[in-house]
Amino acid sequence: MLELLKQPWPWYASGIAIAAIMVTLLYFGKSFGFSSNLRTMCTLLGAGKKVAFFDLDWKTQKWNLLFLAGSVVGGLICATVLKNDAPLQLSAATVKDLKAIGVTFDGKLNPGQLYGMEALSVKNVFLLLTGGLLVGFGSRYAGGCTSGHAISGLSTYNYHLYWPLLAFLPVALS
Amino acid sequence: MKGFKFVLAGIIFGIVMVKSEAVSWYRIQEMFRFQAFHMYGIIGTAVALGALAVYLIKRFRINDSEGKPITFNDKDPGWKKHIIGGLIFGLGWALTGACPGPMFVNIGYGYLTMIIVVIGALLGTYLYGLLRNRLPH
Repeated sequence: MLELLKQPWPWYASGIAIAAIMVTLLYFGKSFGFSSNLRTMCTLLGAGKKVAFFDLDWKTQKWNLLFLAGSVVGGLICATVLKNDAPLQLSAATVKDLKAIGVTFDGKLNPGQLYGMEALSVKNVFLLLTGGLLVGFGSRYAGGCTSGHAISGLSTYNYHLYWPLLAFLPVALS
Repeated sequence: MKGFKFVLAGIIFGIVMVKSEAVSWYRIQEMFRFQAFHMYGIIGTAVALGALAVYLIKRFRINDSEGKPITFNDKDPGWKKHIIGGLIFGLGWALTGACPGPMFVNIGYGYLTMIIVVIGALLGTYLYGLLRNRLPH
């Protein structure tokens, strides 16, 4: 069983598990949406004093922060108990494309070139900071990220939420 | 502890994110280039099953664990914010390979440099709150 869990899971198993998490949260009276935590964290850092958007009672979001804390632990479990050392099976076309833009596929989850401690350069810090800024700004602007918008949003038949999904995809194709 | 169930749900979420490889920068690159079905399969399955569950909850008026009816808060209307926000989000997702959930899961996995991405995301969220009233929605 443990050996089975250690391997990468097929897409359908992962999709079923994500839907199950969403339904479980609904059963607990909550709505699945991860990026709301970023807003709550701004509130906790004192942003509510200056900007009304962050003036909320963080305790109503405590459940989501606990969910976030759990997700960090989940990552840790996968790096230890459930660790899998087999290289990631990336499609050959992507490996080739990445090579053309100067990224060498190293078989890990994330490229050491961008995320490795040893590769930490001014350029990488700038890239990571800018990327994060875009994700934070964009998800709040659109009113949710992948979990809230795509999974919960589409599941609840919020059809106008198809828009961001269409917008998410083409931007990186260039 | 009352909140433990949320921690547990989060742990399972974190494990699913790593084991599905949705936390992988490489997988996101592959997705944006339409070079594998993997990520579309994950999100597609989750949405299809989620929609079925929501339909059943509405159809049979299922209550939550505290006996209150499960309601779905409709996101407020407006299409501009979805397009512009979605585009900005997509750019950041493509660059970092991480949407908000996977950022934190990756930190737990040991990618401590992901903390920089989180700092960026907090700055971005704050910036949105600051400029909110001046942006088209």
